[in-house]
Order: sequence, then C-alpha cells, then structure tokens
Amino acid sequence: MASTIRVRATSNGDITEVQALIQHPMDSGFVKDSKGELIPAHFIQELKFEYNGKDVFVADWGPAVSKDPYVKFSFKGAKKGDDLKISWVDNKGASDTTTAKIS
Amino acid sequence: MKRSLSLALLLAVIFALPPARAATEADYKAAYAAAEAASKEATGLRNQWTTTVATLAAAKKAADGGDFDRAIAAAKEAEALAKASIFQATSEKEAWKTMEIR
Amino acid sequence: MKARSAILFGSALAALVVGALASTHVTAADKVDPAADIKAFQNFFFQKFPNVKHEDFANGPYSMNEDMKRQWQEKEEFPPYEFALDAGKEMFATPFKNGKTYADCFPDGGIGIRQNYPYFDEKEGKVVTLELALNRCREANGEAPYSYVKDEMASLTAYMAYTSRGKLMDIKIPDDPRALAAFENGKRYFYTRRGQMNFSCASCHVQSPGERIRAEVLAPALGILNAMPIYRSEWSSMGTTSRRFVTCNSQTRAVPLEPQSDEYRDVEYFLSYVANGLPISGPGARP
Repeated sequence: MASTIRVRATSNGDITEVQALIQHPMDSGFVKDSKGELIPAHFIQELKFEYNGKDVFVADWGPAVSKDPYVKFSFKGAKKGDDLKISWVDNKGASDTTTAKIS
Repeated sequence: MKRSLSLALLLAVIFALPPARAATEADYKAAYAAAEAASKEATGLRNQWTTTVATLAAAKKAADGGDFDRAIAAAKEAEALAKASIFQATSEKEAWKTMEIR
Repeated sequence: MKARSAILFGSALAALVVGALASTHVTAADKVDPAADIKAFQNFFFQKFPNVKHEDFANGPYSMNEDMKRQWQEKEEFPPYEFALDAGKEMFATPFKNGKTYADCFPDGGIGIRQNYPYFDEKEGKVVTLELALNRCREANGEAPYSYVKDEMASLTAYMAYTSRGKLMDIKIPDDPRALAAFENGKRYFYTRRGQMNFSCASCHVQSPGERIRAEVLAPALGILNAMPIYRSEWSSMGTTSRRFVTCNSQTRAVPLEPQSDEYRDVEYFLSYVANGLPISGPGARP
C-alpha cells in the first residue's frame, strides 16, 4: 500500500519549508453514516517531524482537524539532501512513517 | 367606521360557513391519489421536484399517524407542487430558447 | 451594493437584448448548427470577460477571482486530488482477473485521450462518455461496474485526465442526424429551467459566472467540464461529471436523473463540444 504521507521539503539556504498532506479519515465521532449510526471517532493524535533525531514540529491533534489534513511550516538549520522523518499515530493505535529528502 | 364594517363582514363570512368536520381517511385517500397522479405525471416529464416527493412522504406519514387534517393539507400541497412542476416542464418546452446564447 | 444592482440591471438588459435577438432568429432556429453555436457560445464568454485568457476558462472560478486564483495556485503545489490520482494510476495499470487492462479498451492505451470524450457512437446511436466507456470496459472483462459518481470512477478519470492535461478539447459531431439530435437535446437540457427554484444550468453558469452564490464563486459554463473530475472541499472528496450534474439538479430542488441517463450524456456532449479548443485541466480542485 502506498504511503499515507506526502511530503515536500525545500530548502532555500537558511530556511527549510515543509508541506505535508496526510491521508486519514479524521472522523470526529459526531457524524452519522447513511444508516444513521454514529461513526466512531478516528483521528490522528500526534504528528511529528524529526530532523537529525530532534523534533522540529510536533502537533497534538484532536477530532476537530479536517479529513486528509494538510500542514505547512518552516524551520532553520537543515541542509539540502538531509533527511526529514515524518510520523503519525492515531487514537486507534495505527501509525505511519516516512522519510523525505530535503531538496 | 370602515374597519368595523369589514370586521363585521369577515365575521359574517365565518359564521356563514358550515361547521368544520373532522377530515376522514376517505378524504385523505382522494387527496393523496390526486397528488400521486400529478407527481407521476411530473416524473414522466422528467421534471420531478424534490419538494413534491418530500411533501407526499409527509402526507403519508401524517396519515399513518392518524392525523388526517394534516395529511390532507400536505397531499394538497404536494399536488400543487406537482402541478407547478408540470406547468414548468410544459412551458419550458419552448421557453428555454429565450435563454440560449446565439 | 450600488455596483451589484448595476450588474444585475446590466445582465437584465443583456437578457433583454439576447431575447430580442433570439426572436429575430426564430426562423433559422429549426436547423441544428453546432458550428454556429460554438462560435456564439465562446464569443459570449470572451466578450463578457475580456480580461480572461481564453485557455483560463478551463480553470473555472479561478479565472474570475484574483484572491481565489492565488489560493488555488498555492494549493496546486500540493493538490488535494493527489491521492486519487495515485490510486487511479495504480488501478489503471492493474490487470483484470482475465489478465487484460483498461489500456486494452481504449485507443492509444487510454493515455492522453480525455479530450476526445464524450464521443458519438454511430453504432449505438448515442453519446458515450468516458465514465460510461470505463464501466463498459470493466463489464466486457467480467468485472462489476463502479459507481458513476465518486471513488474509483473519479480516481480512474482523474488519471486519464491528468495524462491529457493541456490537450485541447476535441469533440466531433459526425454528420449523422442522431448526433445532431443528441447535441440539440443536450443544449435544450442545459437551458431548460427545472426544480422548484426554477433554475436552468444557464441561470448560474451563463448569467452569473464570477458572481457569488452564498460563499462560492460560480464557474463559467465555458470549459466547465475540462477540469473534471474535481476534488471539492465541500464534499471532502472527489466527484465525477455525473456527480456534478446530480448535485446541481438537487440544489435547484429537482430530483436528479440516473447518472449516465440520456439527458446527462447529451448535456455533457453539448458542453464539451462548445469547449472545443480549450485545454483539459483536470483533475481539478474546487472549494
């Protein structure tokens, strides 16, 4: 199965700009399905970006974040060609990890 | 003066009407059948309205609950909606051309 | 407010003028003339929006609104249809149980052909859309058809549109009275008012493109199908051309037709033909 994480990290010298798109239903637990039954809450609880073994961006998410969430941020200190590690864990214990090269 | 006169007229009209009798299932069935027929005609013209369908369903629901006054009112509304959609479909057979870009 | 009423008054005036022109043309109206229709249709939009580049009409509301255009350009760097596109690519390459693939059903292996759909099938005597052709391909190979409105169908058409990006819409109307009748029927469907709201497709997409309907900016009818299928933030998912027709109908309080019913196929034929010469921009993303 293809990764649930899409990342694009570009460095312009000093600053690295990161964009990520994550495929996840992000069910809030308040929505009913077509049979009228509640869809149980299912959402990413923690999203983490690591560079050189150090966290550069950590998000504690809840059920209010939309489906297939998109994140954009930037940080200092990385170089072109370095690795950026991205991982998430959801409230059902599922997770995914990927590594992206900074370009 | 004028006002009290019209009020008197209104009262006279109200009292002149026969006392309302409770609607029966038979009244409802007649009203529903008329509405359903008009709605089927609209579907046949490929121009059914969502509101007609919803109002017909509301009529049936009220009747199932024994509220025939409400059921008849809904059936009549559904019939009016269906007739409006039939009118629309019929007039649009030619009227659409006025909108066309030429 | 003042500007708005001026616009409304202007469009009312334009409608009157159009009406007046139409009545003088009545005698010639009986003949179906797609070549004249496409010219009039495109000129209408080119004149209404003189500052919009012609190929930009394939980008819907983004050609009408500077703010939206900037947001969209940023979004295009990381488009929300990307997952569907990847899924579609994978599905397209995966063989059926009998070993054949979608590529076997289409000319040029199905790559870069979106601009030729829908086409008029002279054997069947009807319009065949890309979605219809995909499901027929599945059924011919012993697979169950997909839903016409979303999910797998949207992923497949997203991939096929993507491989055709930039190619100019090239719909042919063969010299066949049935093809002309299908075109005319599609045109009639496009302009016919329906539903309790008494709206035709043209009420929004000819009379008011660029105007707001609630929080959204209406897309021009010209080139509106070039961006299909689309990811709509409102739906939080992808939708096909069929889905667009169905939801447009229900929004005007008309009971939608079955996806791929004759009327929908014909209106797709009409709208695609009048967009000939505009590039395929799908898959698209819309608010």
